[in-house]
Amino acid sequence: MLAGPAFAVMLLVTAYPILQAVYDSLFDFRLTDPGNRSFNGLQNYSVILTDRIWWTSLAVTLFITAITVAVELVLGFGLALVMMKALRAIRPVVRAAILIPYAVITVVSAFAWQYAFALDSGFVNSWLGWLPGISADTDWFGGTWKALFVVCVAEIWKTTPFISLLLLAGLAQVPEVLQEAAKVDGATWWQRLNRVTIPNMKAAIMVALLFRTLDAFRIFDSIFVMTGGANSTETVSFLAYRQTISRLEIGLGSAVSVLLFVCVVLICALFIKGFRVDLASARGE
Amino acid sequence: MSRREKVGWLIGGLAIVVYALFPVAWIVSLSLKAPSDIANRQFLPTVGTWENYRLILTGEASELFLPALRNSFGICLIATAISCVLSMFAAYAIARLDFPGKRLILSTALAVAIFPVISIVTPLFNLWRQIGLYDTWPGLIIPYLSLTLPLAIWTLSAFFREIPWEMEQAAQVDGATSWQAFRKVIVPLAAPGVFTTAIIAFFIAWNDFIYGISLTSTEASRPVPAALGLFSGASQFEAPNGPIAAAAVIVTIPVVVLVLLFQRRIVAGLTNGAVKG
Repeated sequence: MLAGPAFAVMLLVTAYPILQAVYDSLFDFRLTDPGNRSFNGLQNYSVILTDRIWWTSLAVTLFITAITVAVELVLGFGLALVMMKALRAIRPVVRAAILIPYAVITVVSAFAWQYAFALDSGFVNSWLGWLPGISADTDWFGGTWKALFVVCVAEIWKTTPFISLLLLAGLAQVPEVLQEAAKVDGATWWQRLNRVTIPNMKAAIMVALLFRTLDAFRIFDSIFVMTGGANSTETVSFLAYRQTISRLEIGLGSAVSVLLFVCVVLICALFIKGFRVDLASARGE
Repeated sequence: MSRREKVGWLIGGLAIVVYALFPVAWIVSLSLKAPSDIANRQFLPTVGTWENYRLILTGEASELFLPALRNSFGICLIATAISCVLSMFAAYAIARLDFPGKRLILSTALAVAIFPVISIVTPLFNLWRQIGLYDTWPGLIIPYLSLTLPLAIWTLSAFFREIPWEMEQAAQVDGATSWQAFRKVIVPLAAPGVFTTAIIAFFIAWNDFIYGISLTSTEASRPVPAALGLFSGASQFEAPNGPIAAAAVIVTIPVVVLVLLFQRRIVAGLTNGAVKG
């Protein structure tokens, strides 16, 4: 009874729209011409799945996801180790600093990095100009790879701190006794990390990995602000947005939304079945 | 730890601080640059100027910016308050009562949290236009609940689980009425958790962008991130960098203040909800 309202709100605001999206995706339905709504079965899906734009956006999304999640986990682990050892005197300062990227809104982070790399006003080129292979006039947003690189930098900067906090909580759960025992047995620092620390915080790592993968897969804000989808930097979320909200092609766009939803479900299934991520154990139940 | 190790970890800690503050310092610096200064590709302005702030707070850009700021504060605070009340009931039930739907609620919250927002937006966009919620405050508050509730429920359940609820009975045995027992014993114990949950929920609502650009069309309800974002992309070349940077700084101030005041609690809330949940 008590939990009812919260449950109802969550269900209504998510279950209804996804069902509606599935329904809409089976129609030829454009808001520019709402009177001409006609059932066309799976045709929207065949249009999308045979279009290069869909596959490009999927590839871009997977690329961003793989790069950012991998870098964030490694970097986040490093940050967590530093925070664990940080001296009492500077701990509050470090903790406040680490929360800032988490709290800064994604749009602001995207603007900051976009302006930093901008051809006409950014400082990055003037700083990196002396490096071999990077000209002082690099147009970072002029090509797919360069633009995606900047998008990844922005994403990594913003989310690594949050990952490092999760990993820090995981580190705290590794029994001190095991560390001591390994020390006594003469294990090197590296061996301890590999054989004691990481296996004992596997649950925390997996949960961080799963949530971050799903999060990265939905990337939208940074793409919108930094590239606007130009130069084939469109992600799946951005494609869905462009088809529906900007072009008002509800049928096609809903099909993209549904496909995105299917991808998210598949990723979840992969983690839970393939990597045996046990959410219950991570919850300490 | 040896002296050398200590210095090493100290440098590591300082490196984290630089890492976190560097882009923020850049956007602040950009917001203080005069238009002539923006193109010189330097990190710092040659001469600081408040011109960009004047432009968006009292100048010609203020008609765009101030309503957006009001919308952001209003919508996010209301959404935070509602999701706190709803999640309080839910978390109380999860922590104290034994009922079959417990896991269902937690799993639903989880499922909602990983839901691609863009898949929700289009149907809402159509529905809102039909029932008149398009471009209104409630039209954003309702979807914001779906963003904030899952996290609020998880975070708060984790907090409520650690409350020694027996103290309530103990107080009643000592002669307190049930209302007194609740107010004097439980409320002080539960308040910090609720407060932390509210901060995290506020961060999430404040950060929204997709709903903001999709479900609004005028300054009647458009929040700041959406107003900023719509400056970008298409008009990249005439984008007024200085004023945008100033607006970005102003939007960042509330969250930075919250972080500085309540960092310890925020960290506890974030990790409790995720690891112990």
